[in-house]
Amino acid sequence: MKSLKITCCILVLIAGGLRAVENRKPLLQQMPLREMSRTNPYEAQQTAERAGRKLFQRECSSCHGQQAQGTGRAPALASRIVRQASPGAIFWVLRNGDLRHGMPSFSHLPEPQRWQIVTYLKTLR
Amino acid sequence: MRNRRLLFFLALTWPLLAAEGPFFVTYTHQMEEPGNLEVATRNVTGRPADGNRFFGITTELEYGVKAWWTTELYLEGQSTKHDSGLFTGYRWENRFRMLPREHWINPVLYVEFENVNGANRSLLEVVGHDGQDDLSGLNATARQEKKRELEAKLILSSHVRGWTIAENFIAEKNVRHAPFEFGYAVGVSRPLALAASPENCKVCWENFQTGLELYGGLGTHQTFGLHETSHYLAPTVSWALPNGPSFKVSPGFGITGQSAAFLLRFGVSYEISQVGRMWRKRQ
Repeated sequence: MKSLKITCCILVLIAGGLRAVENRKPLLQQMPLREMSRTNPYEAQQTAERAGRKLFQRECSSCHGQQAQGTGRAPALASRIVRQASPGAIFWVLRNGDLRHGMPSFSHLPEPQRWQIVTYLKTLR
Repeated sequence: MRNRRLLFFLALTWPLLAAEGPFFVTYTHQMEEPGNLEVATRNVTGRPADGNRFFGITTELEYGVKAWWTTELYLEGQSTKHDSGLFTGYRWENRFRMLPREHWINPVLYVEFENVNGANRSLLEVVGHDGQDDLSGLNATARQEKKRELEAKLILSSHVRGWTIAENFIAEKNVRHAPFEFGYAVGVSRPLALAASPENCKVCWENFQTGLELYGGLGTHQTFGLHETSHYLAPTVSWALPNGPSFKVSPGFGITGQSAAFLLRFGVSYEISQVGRMWRKRQ
């Protein structure tokens, strides 16, 4: 029982410590400029858009909604902000997530799949 | 006999439904999505040189507390041929992602408390001088040994051009006695296709991942090193059904005299999205 208490104390300290050192700047302000200028290798390709839609339904829709309309948990992606954002900026957000605000990193998806999602997101109206 | 049937029943019929990498022992920096619950089993069977075939069953409940914090509970049991089946204990692990952004190498801190007995056969890691002798005792005797241990892992992993490369360094300490024990696990994996196909498909390359794991002990703080412990080399493959269960299998080959000659691991997992939100809605 003592060891369980020690484990709990260690966890509380780690969780508190990590929270304290998190980067507090807004997400888009943390983005390196060279990332924003990256181009999408699948831009405007219909097969990539369909693949992106499929991946979106699998990976993103539980938080952002089936039509990317947003839910109480995550914002709408069928929005002006996403339409106006550069493909490189969206790709950067997918890769890094926003851990402080609950958006996980999707770096485990291979790069082509993340670009396919970007292709789909840019078609949303 | 009834215990053994129950254990097999739990292992084979648990309603498992998720997509994670193909590894069994090595961790990557991929965390559970916040609010999601993954239910999984990781099973292992093997036969030590001077013992009976065993079947270790681990049921795993993994929950994403935050995007940077994943917690997991393991319930473990085993069944041994010509012996008995029994519940062998539990583990509670927590993983913390240390850096908020993706880097070329990404550290995750892992802290675990385990309360298992000596009959445990889950083989979730190899530490110290673990060997096949530990797998061959009678259950009635082995279960008398209580192991309350704290374990820490430094998980380092990277995604490079579709490849996942992960290295884990393990330190474990029995809280009552025994020295610090160390171990390692390294793994590399890759999906069979990097781009997704436009159609919904079950049997297509993008749903398969293959990999290779190497894991073993590193002795204790007094006898640190690769000698007199077990090491395994294990190719692995996983198949994730879209919005459905994920299956994985891995034959492991012992590469030292202390290792069991062959271990076969297999697992099934399923992810339930936004469990926390469903719970709150009901309330």
